[in-house]
Amino acid sequence: MTYFLQQLINGLQLGFVYALIALGYTMVYGIVRLINFAHGDVFMVGAYLGFFALTSWHLSFPIAILLAMVGCALLGMFIERVAYKPLRNAARISALITAIGVSLFLEYFTSLKFVFGPYFRAYPRPFAIKTYELGGVTISNIQIIVFGVAILLMLALTLFVNYTKTGLAMRAVSFDHSTARLMGINVDNIISLTFGIGAALAGAGGVLYGIAYPQIHPFMGIMPGLKAFVAAVLGGIGIIPGAMLGAVIMGVVEKLTEVYISSTLRDAAAFGILIIVLLVRPAGLLGKKEGEKV
Amino acid sequence: MKRFSSGIVALLILIACFVVVEVLILTGVINPYVQTILSYAGIVVISALGLNLIYGYTGQFSLGHAAFYGIGAYVSALITRAIPNIGFLVLPLGLIGGALSAGVIAFLIGLPILRLKSDYLGIATLGFGMIMNVLFKNSDKVIPVMGGAAGMRGIVKLTTFPWVFFLVVIACIVLRNLIFSGVGRALLSIREDELAAEAVGINTTRYKTLGFVIGCMFAGVAGGLYAHLYTYLNPDNFDFLKSIDVLLIVVIGGMGSISGTVLAGFGWAILLEGLRVVLPSAVQEWRMVVYPLLLIIFMLVRPYGAMGGTEFGFLKPTEYRRG
Repeated sequence: MTYFLQQLINGLQLGFVYALIALGYTMVYGIVRLINFAHGDVFMVGAYLGFFALTSWHLSFPIAILLAMVGCALLGMFIERVAYKPLRNAARISALITAIGVSLFLEYFTSLKFVFGPYFRAYPRPFAIKTYELGGVTISNIQIIVFGVAILLMLALTLFVNYTKTGLAMRAVSFDHSTARLMGINVDNIISLTFGIGAALAGAGGVLYGIAYPQIHPFMGIMPGLKAFVAAVLGGIGIIPGAMLGAVIMGVVEKLTEVYISSTLRDAAAFGILIIVLLVRPAGLLGKKEGEKV
Repeated sequence: MKRFSSGIVALLILIACFVVVEVLILTGVINPYVQTILSYAGIVVISALGLNLIYGYTGQFSLGHAAFYGIGAYVSALITRAIPNIGFLVLPLGLIGGALSAGVIAFLIGLPILRLKSDYLGIATLGFGMIMNVLFKNSDKVIPVMGGAAGMRGIVKLTTFPWVFFLVVIACIVLRNLIFSGVGRALLSIREDELAAEAVGINTTRYKTLGFVIGCMFAGVAGGLYAHLYTYLNPDNFDFLKSIDVLLIVVIGGMGSISGTVLAGFGWAILLEGLRVVLPSAVQEWRMVVYPLLLIIFMLVRPYGAMGGTEFGFLKPTEYRRG
């Protein structure tokens, strides 16, 4: 039982990192209906920014996270402006293809030797690892930090979206672009902001991933990116609590499969759950079924 | 008379292309390396034609095409390994086996998941692709010959350029005749508006499944050719990124365009290999940096792809041609 609880906590740790990435996917999809394939690579850039902040520039851990968030936010908004905005009125598939292009570009450009380099790097631990016992279950300070930062950011996002004027504008834009524009909302700025916030969360996720699973390389974003996206779909894409729920389920299922069944089947279990959920609830766990318009 | 002559012209062009390439191969101008690239380009085209049927013509967003490509590759490799050497017939038997197995699995998986719409279908097929990839990686636990994550070795080399050329032509003809038939009209109507198609009495489930199964069979054939071209299969050759490659070709060529897919498929294979030749070895690593940039620029300039739903004249039946 304690072993199970222990693995549950490890799964939650993974789930919270996924959640930070999934939020970016879900917000962007909710607002422009685009599967932003480059999001996983923004997460990777965030991990690297944190890495350089901690090693080369000797900054403290909170500053490193902040730096990664700001850097990724700028990157996210830049990508939106250059690659997605010109295609906003084209077929959705064109924007998806440019997203794939941006993703490939980020991966291969950052693996050039003078950028990040193609090799694995060991992530620095900004502090010594301590473990605490709680009724037979051990929990490390790294895990506490991952949970703490993730919950703090998700709480901040929820408050922002639900209780500020800008948050209201975001919800309005996600509902209907042209009506929102009629109401005097600057739709372009809101979309830009959404990309920025999503990318900032992914950047924080990257640093947390770095300290929790201490190895990074330029292609590290692909799998967590896909899983986070799947988590967003699992919870109901476009719905912020859904992304968190889906990500936590994804992380826990993955960890439990790895421990109890086989580590090679870990990815199959995660995607298997997705297919089953989609068949039963096509709009995701928290999604509402949309009626067909005739 | 007009229809007859146009068909003859197309045939003559095809024969001329084939003869030119064969002569170049025999005289050694096209070395085995280039020959392999050409064959690979043809294989990619066959697979992409299948996805174009699924996505471009029927409007079913699939991100799991590489899984069917992989099924075709592994099954046909297993077949050619199992049957005795009966000369000329070995490869066709392998390919038929690969196509049928891809088709059967497409049918089984298609029945439940084709109910999903647009992006959700994409995600479900992506999930299926991921699961198949994991199964390929663990295949050695059931069939040791398949090699699991280490890959399957010792497949006989049977794929030659004439075979690929012939099958690309067959694939184009089959797809063209399908698209301009009653079935094709049903598929196009589903792409344009599924509800309206249903309302005029089209059995959408049946046609969506049919399109999906045929498209996946194309992928199965392509996989079989691939297995017998490189004689080695690795699960990584059939992962999510390979599905993306095929999707790129379909969209770059123009959705719902056979000519576009053929052009984009050859263009894609030749561009990727061409950058390898053109760029000096010192900046080789820039190849994969330049490629996505070209991709982004191309999409910004031509968001509807190279051919954007149009065709070369000879691929259309007479009544669709102008003048």
